[in-house]
Amino acid sequence: MSNLDPVTGTFSGNRGLQIEEPLIFEQGQEGRTGVDLPAPPKGADRLGGMARKGAVGLPGLSEPQVVRHYTRLSQKNYAIDSGLYPLGSCTMKHNPRLNEKMVRLPGLADLHPLQPLSTVQGALALIDQVAHWLKTLTGMPAVAMSPGAGAHGELCGIMAIRAALEHRGETRKRILVPESAHGTNPATAAACGYEVDAIPANAKGRVDLEAFRAKLGPDVAGIMITNPNTCGLFEPDIVEIAEAIHGVGGYFYCDGANFNAIVGRVRPGDLGIDCMHINLHKTFSTPHGGGGPGAGPVVLSEALAPFAPLPYVVHGKDGFDLVEHDEKGRAFGRLKGFHGQMGMFVRALAYMMSHGSDGLRQVAEDAVLNANYILASLKDVMSPAFDGTCMHEALFDDAFLKDTDVTTLDFAKALIDEGYHPMTMYFPLVVHGALLVEPTETESKDSLDLFVTVMRGLAARAKAGEAQHFHDAPKLTPRRRLDETAAARSPVLRWKPTVETKQAAE
Amino acid sequence: MRYLPLTPEDRRSMLAKIGVASIDDLYEDVPARARRTGTVDLPPHQGELEVERAISALARQNLGTGSAPSFLGAGAYRHHVPASVDHLIQRGEFLTSYTPYQPEVTQGTLQYLFEFQTQVALLTGMDVANASMYDGATSVAEAVMMANRVTRRDRAVLSGGLHPHYAEITATHARFLGFDLARQAPDPTGTEDLIATIDADTSCVVVQYPSFFGHIRDLRPLAEACRKAGALLIVAIGEIVAMGALEPPGAMGADIVTAEGQSLGNSLGFGGPYVGLFTTRDKYVRQMPGRLVGETRDADGRRGWVLTLSTREQHIRREKATSNICTNSGLCALAFTIHLTLLGEAGFARLAALNHAAAGKLADRLAGIGGLEILNKSFFNEFTVRLKTPAAPVVEALAKRGILGGVPVSRFFPKEKSLESLLLLCATETNTDEDMAALAGALKELLK
Repeated sequence: MSNLDPVTGTFSGNRGLQIEEPLIFEQGQEGRTGVDLPAPPKGADRLGGMARKGAVGLPGLSEPQVVRHYTRLSQKNYAIDSGLYPLGSCTMKHNPRLNEKMVRLPGLADLHPLQPLSTVQGALALIDQVAHWLKTLTGMPAVAMSPGAGAHGELCGIMAIRAALEHRGETRKRILVPESAHGTNPATAAACGYEVDAIPANAKGRVDLEAFRAKLGPDVAGIMITNPNTCGLFEPDIVEIAEAIHGVGGYFYCDGANFNAIVGRVRPGDLGIDCMHINLHKTFSTPHGGGGPGAGPVVLSEALAPFAPLPYVVHGKDGFDLVEHDEKGRAFGRLKGFHGQMGMFVRALAYMMSHGSDGLRQVAEDAVLNANYILASLKDVMSPAFDGTCMHEALFDDAFLKDTDVTTLDFAKALIDEGYHPMTMYFPLVVHGALLVEPTETESKDSLDLFVTVMRGLAARAKAGEAQHFHDAPKLTPRRRLDETAAARSPVLRWKPTVETKQAAE
Repeated sequence: MRYLPLTPEDRRSMLAKIGVASIDDLYEDVPARARRTGTVDLPPHQGELEVERAISALARQNLGTGSAPSFLGAGAYRHHVPASVDHLIQRGEFLTSYTPYQPEVTQGTLQYLFEFQTQVALLTGMDVANASMYDGATSVAEAVMMANRVTRRDRAVLSGGLHPHYAEITATHARFLGFDLARQAPDPTGTEDLIATIDADTSCVVVQYPSFFGHIRDLRPLAEACRKAGALLIVAIGEIVAMGALEPPGAMGADIVTAEGQSLGNSLGFGGPYVGLFTTRDKYVRQMPGRLVGETRDADGRRGWVLTLSTREQHIRREKATSNICTNSGLCALAFTIHLTLLGEAGFARLAALNHAAAGKLADRLAGIGGLEILNKSFFNEFTVRLKTPAAPVVEALAKRGILGGVPVSRFFPKEKSLESLLLLCATETNTDEDMAALAGALKELLK
């Protein structure tokens, strides 16, 4: 059977429900379309002589082909909807469908951002309500709603800090960032014109307080600390850190990526921070969507609030007002087109109202409980990076894989064949061969127990000398390990017609 | 609580396994002053019905563009989105998937992003596109910072026909990164001379095509002047549907093309989330911000896709990254690419032609009205009119009559007296003859 696919052993190259799907550009036919639009009226154009001369080169597909194409592509993805997604630092929790229904309501989905304010009072009220929830949950007096994602929120916070310093007539040079920080922290500080000064972690996975104090000085603009930190641990010295940074006239940026561990239980405002971004796509359940969109509102202290970016919603004399210009004030400028990620505000509000103050507290507690349950259930066969309990994510190093010839990457790829998305790997950088597991509160105990069984089984298999099993993994996925080196060496970043298809078209 | 699977019995047995007496023991690192015993001062949990009722009540306080004749554009456009788009993007495997860092279990996302990159490059006439940015506005600021890196210069010229939000965001970054901006005065007539603004320090010139005020200009002379001066030409597109009717900037010598992609697949949604498109020439790809998907082979030799050239990005390069961007607009990019796939070559050209025809029809309808002058000789689906009175009160009066009658330019430039009578009007394939008659009739009365 010479026409059998050598990989799948089938004629089609398909394997049961795993169906091969060519690119749309390989399926197109001229004259075919997936929409029925009326013929435009004939007449001279008013395009200033710039009418398009050639074709765009888009393929023609009918609606059934399009629906099938994207359905098949979707079936090649892992998702929260299909299983536990233990991706540490990413908070892959259940995305309620009520959120999706609400964002599509007429009167929200079809609002233009530049309508007269008299016609969008409900939308402004909604933004104000989300702001109220976020301020109350964090214990902070103000919030900037417009940032488009977490990293954009970081930019907002650091810009507010810089604006506040400039208002005092100061130019400071350095931002302190722990080595364990997410890459966006140093990238953000640099994008605001600061030098990044790394603070080492201590043996317990926390900020090394002495090293931190040694770096303090009059040229320090501020510190960026994730809390709970990227090791899944609460920074016990956070109040001392806040006082020390304020003592030298700097500001405290808290990265709120891990707010899920403490929401409803701890208000960051009580810890002495000056600003913190909140990833609505983490703690507040808006979907990750394969890489966004997110939303990253930033709560601000009294000291930074006057410098918040435009626009913002205020209570005016005839209802809500939207401040888009601030000629006299100290707003540091605009960061995002229009008014921020409204669609994410609607989803987050639906989620917060559903949980309420009691439910959100339970969210944090169950997230922490689930992570500790995994840590407790695996600590005898894997190697926890630090002693003691954790917050919402359990961090292991690769000591348990010593002399097995199995790496963290191999271990994670074997997990894929067991039906799981891998945990976060090799992050945080301060832990050797890190494996960071964040189950979130939306996993049941049964689900955790099965995951634990699988993890224990894999650890035993690695220690039993079955390294080859791990090196070969994954074997059951639509594609096996992909050659990332080749992809980067000679990048192919778009489809181009081959010579034959070009000739056929001509 | 419907989103929380653990039962009280589960919690008890799990605490026992962990070896602590209560959940409070797991929060012992929290400083005493920040430990809260009760709940915060917010309402308790509610069922779906109650939440739906409350949010629906807020939605009903708004006048949506679906319930009124609407002529608003200025960077956000109402188009008909085919039903299958929203159905497909809500498949859980797309909606609830993470960034495709693990390619073996995210080939779906990676393939549609590869197709998206190709479509965006084709629309703009450029070599290479990334996997999306936050929106069209932030893409412009990123493009300017990229041009500064490429040219090692630090003066950017911004056209007076650039969307004010795009310019304001770029100004914010300029303030904090310390580069110079030569922002030109608003150009409602589309007649500014940008070539004269280029000097030896200029890293880039940024123009919008069609301009914020709707004008369409041949960019080739400007591209040539940029090339001679060693500066990059950045072209921002506010309405991507225009690329179905116009020569693409890539064919006119642009070095970077950015765009707002909201028009395809995405609802107006009061301004976000949208999707930023970002393209450039092959030679500059390693200076691009954002994620890129590339083709490769798997261990069995089969074609597949991965995120690539990541050494530009923050998770690898940290403070030396080309941008701090991480999460972008994956799902909005999916909506964009599905809508464009449904349209195809024929549908996209037809959609553009219908938009241009609608705007032409609107212009013709308004042409005879006293106290109203159309400033544009050229336009795609949006143009600028000068009224005999300030535009904002007219728009407010139109809203009272249930018509969303355009965007007053004063919304962006409240201090500029010379712009207060200008109104931006847009028509798309969604506007009917009845809509246009209603607007024309109301304007006639209001401008009497």
